[in-house]
Amino acid sequence: MDYETLRLIWWALLGILLIGLAIMDGFDLGAAILLPFVAKTDLERRVVINTVGPVWEGNQVWLILGGGAIFAAWPALYAASFSGFYLAMFLVLLALILRPVGFKFRSKLSSPAWRSWWDIALFIGGFVPALVFGVAFGNLFVGVPFGFDSDLRLHETITLFSLLNPFALLAGLVSVAMLVLHGATWLNLKADGKAGARARAVVPYAALLFVVLFTVAGVWVRELDGFRITSVIAPDGPSNPLLKTVARVGGGWWGNYTLHPLFWIAPLVAYLGALIAVLSRRVPLLAWIGSALVPFGVIATAGLSLFPFLLPSSSNPDMSLTVWDASSSKLTLYIMLGCTVIFLPIVLAYTAWAYRILRGPVKAEAIMSDSHSNY
Amino acid sequence: MDIVELSRLQFAITALYHFLFVPLTLGLSILLGIMETVYVMTGREIWRDMTKFWGALFGINFAMGVATGITMEFQFGTNWAYYSHYVGDVFGAPLAIEGLMAFFLEATFIGLFFFGWNKMSKVGHLIVTWGMAIGSNLSALWILIANGWMQFPTGAHFNAATMRMEVSNFMDVLFNPVAQAKFVHTVSAGYVVGSVFVLAISAFYLLRGRHVELARRSMTIAASFGLASALSVVVLGDESGYTAGLNQKMKIAAVEAMWNTEPAPASFTVFGVPDLKTHTTQYEVKIPWVLGLIATRSADTPVPGINQLVDLARTRIKSGMIAYDALSKLKTNRGDVAARKLLDAHVADLGYGLLLKRFRPDVQNATPQEVDAAANSTIPDVPVLFWSFRFMVGLGFYFIMLFAVAFWLSAKRKLDASRTFLRVALWTLPLPWIAAELGWIVAEYGRQPWVIEGVLPTALGVSSTTAGNVLFSLLGFLVFYSSLLIADIFLMVKYIRLGPDGTLGHAVAAPFARVPAE
Repeated sequence: MDYETLRLIWWALLGILLIGLAIMDGFDLGAAILLPFVAKTDLERRVVINTVGPVWEGNQVWLILGGGAIFAAWPALYAASFSGFYLAMFLVLLALILRPVGFKFRSKLSSPAWRSWWDIALFIGGFVPALVFGVAFGNLFVGVPFGFDSDLRLHETITLFSLLNPFALLAGLVSVAMLVLHGATWLNLKADGKAGARARAVVPYAALLFVVLFTVAGVWVRELDGFRITSVIAPDGPSNPLLKTVARVGGGWWGNYTLHPLFWIAPLVAYLGALIAVLSRRVPLLAWIGSALVPFGVIATAGLSLFPFLLPSSSNPDMSLTVWDASSSKLTLYIMLGCTVIFLPIVLAYTAWAYRILRGPVKAEAIMSDSHSNY
Repeated sequence: MDIVELSRLQFAITALYHFLFVPLTLGLSILLGIMETVYVMTGREIWRDMTKFWGALFGINFAMGVATGITMEFQFGTNWAYYSHYVGDVFGAPLAIEGLMAFFLEATFIGLFFFGWNKMSKVGHLIVTWGMAIGSNLSALWILIANGWMQFPTGAHFNAATMRMEVSNFMDVLFNPVAQAKFVHTVSAGYVVGSVFVLAISAFYLLRGRHVELARRSMTIAASFGLASALSVVVLGDESGYTAGLNQKMKIAAVEAMWNTEPAPASFTVFGVPDLKTHTTQYEVKIPWVLGLIATRSADTPVPGINQLVDLARTRIKSGMIAYDALSKLKTNRGDVAARKLLDAHVADLGYGLLLKRFRPDVQNATPQEVDAAANSTIPDVPVLFWSFRFMVGLGFYFIMLFAVAFWLSAKRKLDASRTFLRVALWTLPLPWIAAELGWIVAEYGRQPWVIEGVLPTALGVSSTTAGNVLFSLLGFLVFYSSLLIADIFLMVKYIRLGPDGTLGHAVAAPFARVPAE
């Protein structure tokens, strides 16, 4: 397998891992955001928490795996993005840390103050990552100020406030709306009683909000400067971002869609998914599959728009990170591909087995009768 | 403090916090597997209740392990960006495989462990419990393969075109002898932590005369498993010393505060007061031969001393300056054949050249004084290492004695006969954590000034973010982790005091009750 193919495969795998993260961890982030609004009593809240209680740990591994895979396959991207988004990452980490302890600790004491504190913590643990991940994606389209010296040491001038530009904030809201929709269809599927019914009522509003925000973002992105490589591309060249030239072009992020009209399928999948979720909300599993198509379509849309860019630099466009100059060595990509081909299907198989064992809605009576082992 | 010191402090604090929870997960998960196996084999309900009770404490600990572990996965990128760029090609792979092969298994099955009791067959649930235990232990394997490579960077080469280390032989990275030794040593230490945890809390119940049947059985399991593990930590810790002797000579010399090479076989200093300024150790008490035998496994190979290793470093720094000079020329003219040849000849010492970056950016023009200063900077903090190592080893031998007594008492069925023993067992509770943390301090603080031994100095690995940002996150983590730790200890104590009956919400089954046939 040649270097170019391996890089393309790893670009696709990066997308698949992010989609896996958004679908699997997405619904429990969404459910956590909805927790204070769809569940009023302590028992209703425990129903909501117990729908994700047994599975959120496995879901969160998509995030850990995503981090590890970016480190292994795109080390330059890992270094530049996480150090560049330093304080944003710090916020996400604090919010994510609240989740494991929130799930585990909340129902260990019966004091209402203790429990309502953890409800707030779980909401933050859902809302902040959903928003910040979206803001980070939005910044890829705007470009981030960074560059390298000749030792390939990064120099960055990114601040938290420069990340909070209007387009990125819009992208953050797209992400929140998308995950609220996905969380709502999950609760519609898994939460018995009032919480599930309230979540079902949320579905059309979340879907509408998503469609509006996503469309606005899609139109807005045409007004932003796109990036284009102007030097000769060496798809099997060394991973060194100092060897090319890049120009900023108007309306650029629509360029790939003009070149390849088939790419329009990606945003259409997102719209279609939202439509399915709304129309089939009385058939909960189908509605959940519909809302799972939304992050699939959204992330594919973003990836196809940016290709071959991974992290465009607004201050030194020539030093932007692309698929052709930010990857690991050929050998590492090859080995990691082998590991993924072997282990990812195994992971999917036992994950499916676990969900099968836990099938069926979570009922309030079941939590009451086994109060000690439920969350 | 500058950004390097702040970043190191943050990494040290978050890693040491994380490692409060990891070893208990490693040890307790195996003990849960053993208890549940007895339950499935005998059908006696008390063993199921034991699994559930220790499982509840395991769950509280595991949540903290996950919470503090998330930070670790991303901290390389946030705080060590140049490190991530420089070695990500090699170091990232084991981390990614850890997620794919180990953590997914552990995290998926832990959900079923807690929520699957009434939804699966007995054997099905047993498979889940062991899957969780195997996942935890495999996770440690991959993390230590990554860490082992930082100590002994084998199977990789420097690529001038990409300015970083790249994999040349993945099998060498995988079967790195340092990683293997570290894995066995660390995992065994985790088993000791798990065993002491069960032993100490069971002793607490026996002292109070509560939950006697459950406590006695738990103690029996912990005693035998703990004895095997405590022996393995020390024997295979010796193995760690041996591999350190092969490739981290400076670390072993610093741990022994051995300033000058002694005639083989070198003696082992039991006590002494090392002085960094004068390069001497006061009030030494030595046992002849022991160090030489441990570190080289021979009677005639000398163990080099710190001063001699500094001389060696000086030679390598000079060679590294040539490598850096050649690399600089290559950066401006990729076709420079002479420079490439020179770089190839000296590339093994490039990392030593980079030690000079602390003193000046143009490494190739360093003065002899700067070379001397860089060579002296290869000496780690001798007194801290010397004492950390001795406390750790002392505790290691103490655990062997404790478990030997526990094992003997449990074989005689006299575990609750001696209140003194039970009190000692209870008060041992914090000690294995101290030993485990000291182990990390020896391993990682002893690696300084390198982040990758001989390849990349720690000071160069940091990100280009501001010191203010790092100070902010450091304080944030400190406050956040400490409040969670307080909540964790509070819940642990509450559930331990509540005991099995209160935790499970029903009276623990009589010892000989069997589950009715299904």
